[in-house]
Amino acid sequence: MFIQTSIEDHRIAKLAALAIALHMLEAVIPSPLPGVKPGIANIVTLYVLYKYDFASAAWVSILRVFASSLLLGQFLSPTFILSLAGALLSLGVLWLGMHLPKKHFGPVSLSILAAFAHIAGQLMIVRLWLIPHASVAYLVPIFAMAALFFGLINGIIAHKLLYNETSIIDTSPRSQQH
Amino acid sequence: MRIGDWCVVTTGIVLVVVLFQQLWSHEGATRVQIRLGDTIYGTYSLNQQRDIQVDGAIGPATVSIMNGKARFSKSPCHNQYCVHQGWLSRSGQAALCLPNQLSLELIGEAKHYDSLNY
Repeated sequence: MFIQTSIEDHRIAKLAALAIALHMLEAVIPSPLPGVKPGIANIVTLYVLYKYDFASAAWVSILRVFASSLLLGQFLSPTFILSLAGALLSLGVLWLGMHLPKKHFGPVSLSILAAFAHIAGQLMIVRLWLIPHASVAYLVPIFAMAALFFGLINGIIAHKLLYNETSIIDTSPRSQQH
Repeated sequence: MRIGDWCVVTTGIVLVVVLFQQLWSHEGATRVQIRLGDTIYGTYSLNQQRDIQVDGAIGPATVSIMNGKARFSKSPCHNQYCVHQGWLSRSGQAALCLPNQLSLELIGEAKHYDSLNY
């Protein structure tokens, strides 16, 4: 049996691999508060959204969540559910954000909006399932601040990657002929 | 960065500031209520510095009030969790001593939502 793969599939796999690598890298960095992470893998999602289309970005994002959790041994654990909830909600917001006027809103806007959606999704899961207690509200401002900060930085990086002449991420078909 | 980006950043900053103000505005407490078993032993103002001796189920405990804060400073219980909890200063905070059947609860101007009994 042979599965036919298109150039698009290869591209998605390659970009997802990059996102997974960034996710792994980030898993090593200690965090003062569980959940406060830079989310550098989202730069790839944003890059794909702008360079290609929403479907590719969604594939890259979801593949990243599943593959990273398998690699880290967190598949179907609360961490995985949190990650998935954040990814799904931020994809939803990215889909809405795509329709904002391109003239005024760039990747920085989308990055910040997606980061807020990410923590909103995660905090909802935490509040409803993991820690069903009103005191979770105390964490909201910290997570929101982290989302704004890292969303801004990731957005700026994505912007730089997208609008510099020499792209760092090489996705041309030429390099896939190994 | 385009105009819309600046708007999103500004909105984000405003949102974070509002969240901090709304969710981190800890209301200071004004009184401490001491309970012994199922009865209210007494309610004391946090403005006066004093030590209160309470005879609990297993022996006398001391509750200290100082500078708007209250704590268990002495307890006959063996694990001393209540003493180690330290000073309480915010409305809604509580310290319990189960062996001695004593509890402290700080009360502010408005009683906070309490998930245990509402």
